[in-house]
Amino acid sequence: MLLEIKDLRVKAEDKEILKGLDLTVNAGEVHAVMGPNGSGKSTLARVLAGSPGYEVTGGSITYDGKDLLELDPEVRACEGVFMAFQYPIEIAGINNTYFLRTALNSVRKHRGEPELDAVEFMQLVREKAALLEMDQAMLNRSVNEGFSGGEKKRNEIFQMAVLEPKLAILDETDSGLDIDALKIVANGVNSLRSPERSIIVVTHYQRLLNYIVPDFVHVLSGGRIVRSGGRELALELEEKGYGWIEAEMAGARG
Amino acid sequence: MSTSADTIEQLATREYQYGFETEVEAETFPPGLDEDVIRRLSAKKQEPEWMLEFRLKAYRAWLKMTEPTWHNLKIEPVDFQAISYYSAPKKRPELKSLDEVDPEVLRTFEKLGIPLEEQKLLAGVAVDAVFDSVSVATTFREKLAELGIIFCSMSDAIREHPDLVRRYLGSVVPYTDNFYAALNSAVFSDGSFVYVPKGVRCPMELSTYFRINARNTGQFERTLIVADEGATVSYLEGCTAPMRDENQLHAAVVELVALDGSTIKYSTIQNWYPGDSEGRGGIYNFVTKRGKAMANAKITWTQVETGSAITWKYPSCILQGDNSVGEFYSVAVTNNYQQADTGTKMIHLGKNTRSTIVSKGISAGHGQNTYRGAVTIGRNAQNARNYSQCDSMLIGNRCGAHTFPYLEIKNTSATVEHEASTSKIGEEQIFYCQQRGISTEDAVNMIVSGFCKEVFRELPMEFAVEAQKLLSISLEGSVG
Ligand SMILES: Nc1ncnc2c1ncn2[C@@H]1O[C@H](COP(=O)(O)OP(=O)(O)OP(=O)(O)O)[C@@H](O)[C@H]1O
Ligand SMILES: [Mg+2]
Repeated sequence: MLLEIKDLRVKAEDKEILKGLDLTVNAGEVHAVMGPNGSGKSTLARVLAGSPGYEVTGGSITYDGKDLLELDPEVRACEGVFMAFQYPIEIAGINNTYFLRTALNSVRKHRGEPELDAVEFMQLVREKAALLEMDQAMLNRSVNEGFSGGEKKRNEIFQMAVLEPKLAILDETDSGLDIDALKIVANGVNSLRSPERSIIVVTHYQRLLNYIVPDFVHVLSGGRIVRSGGRELALELEEKGYGWIEAEMAGARG
Repeated sequence: MSTSADTIEQLATREYQYGFETEVEAETFPPGLDEDVIRRLSAKKQEPEWMLEFRLKAYRAWLKMTEPTWHNLKIEPVDFQAISYYSAPKKRPELKSLDEVDPEVLRTFEKLGIPLEEQKLLAGVAVDAVFDSVSVATTFREKLAELGIIFCSMSDAIREHPDLVRRYLGSVVPYTDNFYAALNSAVFSDGSFVYVPKGVRCPMELSTYFRINARNTGQFERTLIVADEGATVSYLEGCTAPMRDENQLHAAVVELVALDGSTIKYSTIQNWYPGDSEGRGGIYNFVTKRGKAMANAKITWTQVETGSAITWKYPSCILQGDNSVGEFYSVAVTNNYQQADTGTKMIHLGKNTRSTIVSKGISAGHGQNTYRGAVTIGRNAQNARNYSQCDSMLIGNRCGAHTFPYLEIKNTSATVEHEASTSKIGEEQIFYCQQRGISTEDAVNMIVSGFCKEVFRELPMEFAVEAQKLLSISLEGSVG
């Protein structure tokens, strides 16, 4: 088991967002998390990554045998947790490639591996850039600065491809991508699928799941996973929306 | 959950690295200033009569002036009678080589990371080290002399090159210019003098390290750089001072004279003691820097200001000759309780004159950072052009950034562009870096150096590296 979330409760600015969330992810699995706007999907992703601004008020997260909540965000990253941001931020004046090299070498240092020299690194970058059909110009621009919405998302997966995490959480990576880009990015993600690597895909659309086929689909609503199933659950959601699940839950409660 | 705030807290407690004091027997005047003190000072330095006259005239002008109050600074009143106006290391033989320098002095420079010995070998940097008020070591002089370049202390220049000094001293910053410049003109202790003859390109970066040492001794450096027609010179100034509890006054004057077709590049890293994390102590840095560019000449000021409790400084250019160019690139950092009021003046007098201003202000802690810039286009400055860019970055929410751009245009053919921005170093930016495995400290450094990139790339290579280091030291513990 790579990740085990138990009864997770999270608050932000006095508002309870996650209210007892359970989720278990084994190595090599792909899980899709769906759910209405504001249900807490990004909150889950960001809490896993160690974002400031959230208070964990209860529950536990075990990652790779460790108490994830005890680790600083950069340590989590070095230990193989990667989050593709729903809204990647711009950093002016810092070359995209330089940024990535700093990140990779920091991760390698943590793992006790030697730093890559410029030549080795550029080789890796070229290979991964080809995989995601990244434009050379984008590599030389400042981190995300002036990137279009879709370019930012593609850049996130490019970073993931270079950093090779153990657990990747992709927060709505598909939104903003055009049809062709969606295929390219999905291919990129699929090529990273491996028995050791787990992926959590947060999405609103079944279409992405045609390309990145999940092992499990979960519905997050009201701060909890209210339903889990196979990929057919995504199809059902596409057809019926979330109302019926919420109605069922209300029924169950009432 | 343990947050990065802990690490930041630890870093914040790290004290100013260059806080130490060297014990050198110093001969120091008792505190106080009057005409007699100036006469004694001038005599001590074996100055010619005209120099004494210059000082006395300046002193009399100063007596009638008052300290400027238009700046955006909170300044404890300075008691000018409590300052000692002369201090010299006692042992001061004529030195032929570094071996003859007081070993204690040399050790000081080593602690500062300025090994003269090494620098001689490295990079070809000539070092004129001003220890307290008197020069103690000058290297590379011979090599420069072959090209007719004069690089020496101001005291030596007054004795050995009186004609040059007399001709240009005060020609760009007259002693009537402002309160601090008048004071400096009256009591300046020492500084550097550079003269590059016609058509000569100075083959190395010239650099000087200043250091305030003896307690209560205000330092009043005076620097004069003259580039004759078609000459080129790049001058570096860097400084750091020992930890101190009382405020120390530092009022320097730097004059640049760029004759027809010449180029002067003046780069500064300023790292005077900024005071402790409570805002106690620290240097008052009131500097007047100005250059005059004749036809087709170019002056570039580049500064990285991280130190001092209070900085008051406006390196300026008088673009007198046609087609002359003035540039100002500045990074000013204020952390803890530091205050900076800095900027530039670009005075366009000649035709087709061009100026560029790039100012990056970074405020952290309770720091207050003010940019004050003036662009003046004179009546005859046909087709003058100015571009100004003024960016502020705030780290935390107790600091402040202020921008005061002034514009005076008397010629309608001018093109003037001004851009300004204020940004906050985002938690989200730092988190983004952390999420990719980069530590908070590295993330802040990276974001800040990205912000300052346009200025750093104007610095000579070896300085750029130092500047980046300094910036990260200055901002340690500023996020949390
Ligand atoms: N820092 C915060 N402070 C206050 N409220 C927050 C904060 N972060 C999230 N919220 C609130 O928590 C709820 C869940 O937000 P979250 O971003 O996790 O939703 P989401 O499921 O990702 O939605 P979407 O599908 O629109 O991306 C929302 O109501 C949001 O406004
Ligand atoms: Mg979201």
